[in-house]
Formats: sequence, structure tokens, C-alpha cells
Amino acid sequence: MAKILLEMKNITKTFPNVKALDNVNLQVEEGEIHALVGENGAGKSTLMNVLSGIYPYGTYEGDIIYDGEVCKFNDIKDSEGKGIVIIHQELALIPYMTIAENMFLGNERGTKFKINWNETSDLARKYLDVVGLKDSTETLIKDIGVGKQQLVEIAKALSKNAKLLILDEPTSSLNESDSQALLDLMLKLKKEQGLTSIIISHKLNEVSYVADKITVIRDGSTIETMTKGVDDFSEARIIKGMVGRELSDRFPSREHHIGDVKMEVKNWNVYHPLYMDRKVVDNVSINVRKGEVVGISGLMGAGRTELAMSIFGRSYGEKISGQLTIDGKEVVLKNVQSAIKHGLAYVTEDRKGNGLILTNPIKINTTLANLEEVSKKRIIDKDKEYKVAVDYKEKLNTKAPSVEQNVGNLSGGNQQKVLLSKWMFADPDILILDEPTRGIDVGAKYEIYCIINQLVAEGKSVIMISSELPEILGMCDRIYVMNEGRMVGELDGKDATQEKIMTYILQSSGKKKEVNHE
Amino acid sequence: MNKDQVIGFIKKNTMIFVLIIVYAFFSFRTGGAILLPMNVSNLISQNAYVFVLATGMLLCILTGGNIDLSVGSVVCFVGAVGATLMVNMKVPVWLSIIIMIIIGTAIGAFQGFWIAFVRIPPFIVTLAGMLVFRGLSNVVLNGLTVSIKDKSSFVNLFGGGADCYIHDVFGNGTLNLTCLFAGLVAAALFIMIQVSTRMQRTKKNYEVENFGAFICKLVAVSAVIIIFSYKLAQHKGIPTVLIWVLVVVLVYGYITSNTTVGRYFYAVGGNEKATKLSGINTNKVYFLAYTNMGFLAALAGMITIARLTSAQPTYGQNYEMDAIGSCFIGGASAYGGIGTVPGVIVGAVLMGVINLGMSLMGVDANMQKVVKGVVLLAAVIFDVVSKRGGKLMVKN
Repeated sequence: MAKILLEMKNITKTFPNVKALDNVNLQVEEGEIHALVGENGAGKSTLMNVLSGIYPYGTYEGDIIYDGEVCKFNDIKDSEGKGIVIIHQELALIPYMTIAENMFLGNERGTKFKINWNETSDLARKYLDVVGLKDSTETLIKDIGVGKQQLVEIAKALSKNAKLLILDEPTSSLNESDSQALLDLMLKLKKEQGLTSIIISHKLNEVSYVADKITVIRDGSTIETMTKGVDDFSEARIIKGMVGRELSDRFPSREHHIGDVKMEVKNWNVYHPLYMDRKVVDNVSINVRKGEVVGISGLMGAGRTELAMSIFGRSYGEKISGQLTIDGKEVVLKNVQSAIKHGLAYVTEDRKGNGLILTNPIKINTTLANLEEVSKKRIIDKDKEYKVAVDYKEKLNTKAPSVEQNVGNLSGGNQQKVLLSKWMFADPDILILDEPTRGIDVGAKYEIYCIINQLVAEGKSVIMISSELPEILGMCDRIYVMNEGRMVGELDGKDATQEKIMTYILQSSGKKKEVNHE
Repeated sequence: MNKDQVIGFIKKNTMIFVLIIVYAFFSFRTGGAILLPMNVSNLISQNAYVFVLATGMLLCILTGGNIDLSVGSVVCFVGAVGATLMVNMKVPVWLSIIIMIIIGTAIGAFQGFWIAFVRIPPFIVTLAGMLVFRGLSNVVLNGLTVSIKDKSSFVNLFGGGADCYIHDVFGNGTLNLTCLFAGLVAAALFIMIQVSTRMQRTKKNYEVENFGAFICKLVAVSAVIIIFSYKLAQHKGIPTVLIWVLVVVLVYGYITSNTTVGRYFYAVGGNEKATKLSGINTNKVYFLAYTNMGFLAALAGMITIARLTSAQPTYGQNYEMDAIGSCFIGGASAYGGIGTVPGVIVGAVLMGVINLGMSLMGVDANMQKVVKGVVLLAAVIFDVVSKRGGKLMVKN
């Protein structure tokens, strides 16, 4: 048996209100490729952040034993010093610097007072050759495609004498041939340099191709570790490990009174606002009925938020095309104002960034999307505003000393309730809820589900985007499955299972038509 | 009141306490000279332009800590054009005033267009404006001074020259009774509005502040108003320019705190993305802030040339800094979204008191700049650190 390079023992990491990791154990042997798989929010990235020192020693419980000694990393520099290098899903390269400059950023060759450019480009060349990138070291990052950028990241890691390389979703933005090249590079580095790597991926076909061992994480715990050649590496087997959990009565029941089609979206296409040749929503058609909760399931980056925001008054994307009908009439929603006027509301997944004004009190946030309702001739009736805010605070059971409290001081669950208040007060007919229960505790989740039930009972339509499969299954009358910008399946709420949804997603992964990223 | 409430009260009104302490300090050091009626009156007349410009600057700063560097130059340019029109081209005063307002507003709209719709950083646009309008002022005036001494209707209207006080209708004693009377009416109005609001709120069972605190507030504010008007009455009465300042302060105070448009300024500065997704046209908000700044710069320009009874290419220098400084000292956040008109006025008064006090003490003009700079830095450090929960340094 080979030497154990890394052992993470009983790692527990708690955030306010949430236990993200619960007694996680992970063993990685020297010279192997170890895959971590699990649903969104299972705790994979948190575990890697603990390992790389982003969450410093002392903020978690348990031990990291690396190369035979217990490590106490204070920051990412410490872990890199030991040869542990992490490459994040969002690449950390600076577009207007050259490949060589990027590779040695923070690790410059030469002295403090004079950078040795010759040494920089020689070394850069050496590592670029290892990863098989032929472009000049003087090329600007912005001029090469995502696939090559990924290679630059790996070369950068190697230049830091990486012994353990961690790749977080390395192929998520690559096309098939680039992905294949990357996986082959990993195998080559393993064989020629004896490099150990940990790969986090949702693409199970890639995982079974490249990995020697697979560890499954679910709900913050390690479920099992499978070894190539010993265990079954089939996708079905892995999926079972990822989702195998029981649905209990975590969801309030409701009566179903589903009416006519309220809104229909047909052949919807959206392009990325910056990379305008990248299609983020590809020919999607969905509809929602009165009194219906429709779920959109999928992995992060599947294009769900982009779909929702582009429908909501084109608040995301470029070159949006497609047909939108509300109550049987075709409408064009050119901006958010007209979307709100047509009875739409979009409750963002990013409540701090896009939803709330954290420095303002609850009452101001509650009325922001519908100020006309509490004002006469553009003059705000502050008493009315106060009353509205108090009403919603009571209705949604928001826990705060008063509506004068700044929302920045509230917990995630209560912030979410304020955000819901804001959009309920705008009195929409169709609510698009994007990850409505992300990062909030179980009790608050249940209350949010009750609010959703109440909304559809009033005859409103709800589209719920969620990465949590149990939530989608527990709440929705109908479920759409999205992956890589396309709609890849539609299920009736009654027949849907986690396995079915995951199968839809995984079968469609990586089968996207070749698009030129360069 | 418990301990938390006291701390909260002090925190909320820090600058008022600082103002009182600074005023007391200068009263002591100048042997009471700063309390003389003439000096109280001068405090208003000398700083009128600061109050007006700082109010406009607040709206820009609210949108996200954005400043307008061009106001000093715009003040000068509008004044230069106005004086040229009235004196050299014999345009009637009323028409000149209208033209000046249109020019100022148009300059604001021009800069606002680039900032709001093309999203050129405000710092750049207004830096360019600062250079352009300073240069144009010189061109308009040919580098010369234009005196408007004989345009007395203009000068008196905007509170300059010798006869820049509201006429005393009750006679000609040493004490200006009109002024005192106006002060009493203002105090009475303030009390009436406060009491009726409170009664309405109590009737509807809304939260009201502690009764003792309420009475204290009424007494303190009315006392300040009455003492202030008494001081003015002892000098020559109400400076005409005070009317302009009061109108600007009251109107903009109302707009920022009670109207939907006012709310949008705070919302954009607090979280622009969230504001956009709430169906508010954020571009328009930026545009409005800078257009309005141009409008108020025109008003400040008229006040400036009236007070100095002339237009010169050097007028308005560093006015933008006075306005920006007042906003930050008065509690506006350098990140936007926080700040009030009354706060800014307190900031402006504090700057004015420091100026006046040091002048009376005979402090060298250069040292005055040093002190003002230190006060500005201290105020913003205080603002940023207190918002971070008292932590001075940020972890890397």
C-alpha cells in the first residue's frame, strides 16, 4: 500500500446557524487521483477551503495530517508552502496581464526591487511545456480561451512545487475536447511526476474515467469511499451514494388547485453579457399555471438564474430572444419596471448582493419595489409605510426587535423573509423564487415553504429554482430539469425522484455541441 | 434612559456634541468674540454658499460616494456669465437670473449624462468640468474683474452689499424686532409640528420616543432658534441670504426624507443592483443628482457674486472641497447611501465655526488649512471605523 499523503480526521466546521461539515474523514494516498462528489451544498468546497487554509486553523475542529505531520494553516500561503495548491472553479487570473506575469503573481522571480523577467519567462516556458500549452508566455490572458486558462492555472500550481493539486470543478466551463485534454493531462502528471490530485466534479463520467478513488459527501458527512477496480464505478452506483436520503415531513402539505396557464416562455435564448458568443440559455421553453409551484432543478451554473433574470425584464444577458406570454397575450418586458407592472417578481438567490439594502431598515426594504403604494403624489406616507412593514413582519414572523432594524443585522432566514415581504408587497401574480432557502436553518425553511403554499393558495404562480433536490421534490407540482443552459427534462411532481433528476442532469452533461471558446 | 440609550443618543448626535465643544472652545479662546452678534451673522453670510453646495453634494455622495469636483468652477462660470450679461450686455436682471440658472442646470445635465448613461466615472467627468469651466470663466471675463455694484436689485436679492438684511418693519430700534419675531414664529411652528406629529402617532398606536427626550428636544431646538434670532436681531437682522439657505435646506431636507425620489438616492447608494431589480431606473437617479448639483451651483454662483459685488476668474476656488468636506464631516458615508441634510448642515456649520474661530484667534491661514484637513480625515476615519464595529485595522 502506498504512503498516505493526506489525512483529514473528524473535520467539523460550523457557520452561524449551519453545520457545514460534520465529522468528515478523508484519506488521500500519494500519487492517486481522488475524486470528491456530492450534491450542491454537500460540503465539498468547504472541506477544500479548510484544507487550503482559507478557513484558518482554529475555526474548525479536527486534524489535518499532511505528509506525516499535523498542519495548522493560517492562510493560503501556509498551505501552498507545503505544496497544497487549490484551483478554484472561478479562475483567479488577471485578464490584462501576460501568462508569465499571472503565473508568478505573488511569487515574483528576482528581488524585491527588480523583477527578473528572463527567469520569469524561462520558468513559465518550462511549466507551460509540462502542461502542453504552446502559446507565448507574453500572451495576455484575455486573449486565450477558458481551456487554455485552466492550463495556465495548472502550470502556475506546478511552478509553486505543488505536491497535492486540488481542482474544483475544473471542466465546468470547458467544452468536451478541452475537458478530455485536461483529464488526460491529470493522468499524465500523475504518471510522470507522481502528482497527487483531488478533483471535485459533477460530471460522473469524467470522475470514473480519471479517478482512482471516489469519496461521496452528503449533507456535510463522508458517506463512503470507493476504489477503482474494487467497487462499482458506474454512474448509477455513485448517484445512489450522493442522494440516498429519506424524505421526511420537512414540507408542509397543501391542497392543489391548479388553474390555467399563467405564463409561458417559448424558445428562450440568452447570451452571456461579456462573452457574447457564449449561450447561457439555449432554446428553453417553460410554462407555469395559476396556483402551481413549478420547480427548476439543476446544478449551479445550469443557467437557471440567467433564465429567470432574463425573463424578469431582461435584467441579465444580451441578445435575448424568444416568446413570452402572460394570460395568453404576448408581452415584451424590456425592463424591470414593465416586468413588475405585468405582475412578475424575481426574488434573487443573492439576497445580500442583489436583494436587500443592508444598511437600511426593514421598513425601507419592504416597500422599495412598490413605493407608489405607500405614497401620494410621490410623497411617502411614512405612517403607512411603517404599518405595511409591521404587517408583513407579523405575517411572515420575521424575528427582529422592530421594523426600524437594519436588515444587515438580521440572520439569513430573517433577511430572506424581508426579501419575500418586499416582493409580496409588490403584489405580483407570478413569483420566481431563486434558491429561496439557501443558507438558512431548517426552522426558517419550513416557514418559507408555508409562505409559498399560502401564495399559491391565493392563486399566484410560483417558479422555484433550487439546487436542493429534496426541496424541489417536496414542494413542486411539476419539475423542470436544466443543465448547461438547456432544458433536459420535465417531470410530474408525483413521479419525480432524486435518481431521475440526477440521471437527467448527468446524462446530458458534456454533450453540449462543440462551441468555440477561443 | 438606560445606558444603551444614552450611548445610542450620543452616537447619533456625535457631530452636534463636537460642534458644541468646538464652539465652547473658541468662545473661551477668543474671549467670547465668536459669540458677538456680528460674528454670528457673518457665520451665515460667509458660509451661505457652503450650505447650498453641500446640500447638492449630499445627493451626489448618497448615490455611492460620488463627488462633484466641478462645482467651484461652475460657481465661477455662472457668476462670470451673469455679471457679463448684466453689466456688459445690459440684459435685465430677471432675465440674467433665468439664464444663469439654465446654464448651471445645463452644465449639470451635461456632466450627468456622461456619468449616468455612459457610466464615465464621476471623478473624471467632473475633474474635466473643473478645468473646462475654470478656463471658460477666464475667457468670458477676459481675465478681468466685472463689478456689479450698481446692480443693486440683484445684489440685494441675493444678500450682498451693504443693504443685505431683511428690512425691519417694526421700527428702527437697536434690536431688529422683525428678526426676533420671525425666530419666535419659527420656534412655535417647530413645536406645533412636532407635537401634532407625535399626537397622530400616539393615536395610531405607533412607536413614539420617550416623553422626557421629546420635551428635551423641543426645548433645546426652540432655545437654539430663539437665541440665534436674538443674536441676529442685535446685529442688523436677518441676512437676506439666510432665506435662500433656509429654503434650500428645508426643500431638500423634505425631498430626501419624504419623497420617493429622495428614497431612490439612498437606495442606489445602499445597493445599486437591488435597486435596479426593484424596478427603479438607477441611471435617472445619477442624472438627477448631477443635474441638480449644477442647478444649486448656479444658485451658489449668484450668492457668491452678490456677496462680493463682482465677478472674477478666481472665484469659487476650493468651493467643491468645502462642500465635500461638510458632507463627510456631517456624517455622509464615503460609500454612499447614508447621510442627511441636517447632518450636512451641522458639518458645514462646524467647518464655518472652525474657520471663523481660527480667524478671530489670528491663526495663520495656512495653519487653518492644516486644521481643516485633519478634522476632515478624523471625521471620515470615525465614520468608517464605527461602522466596522470599532475595529481600527482591517485584516489582510
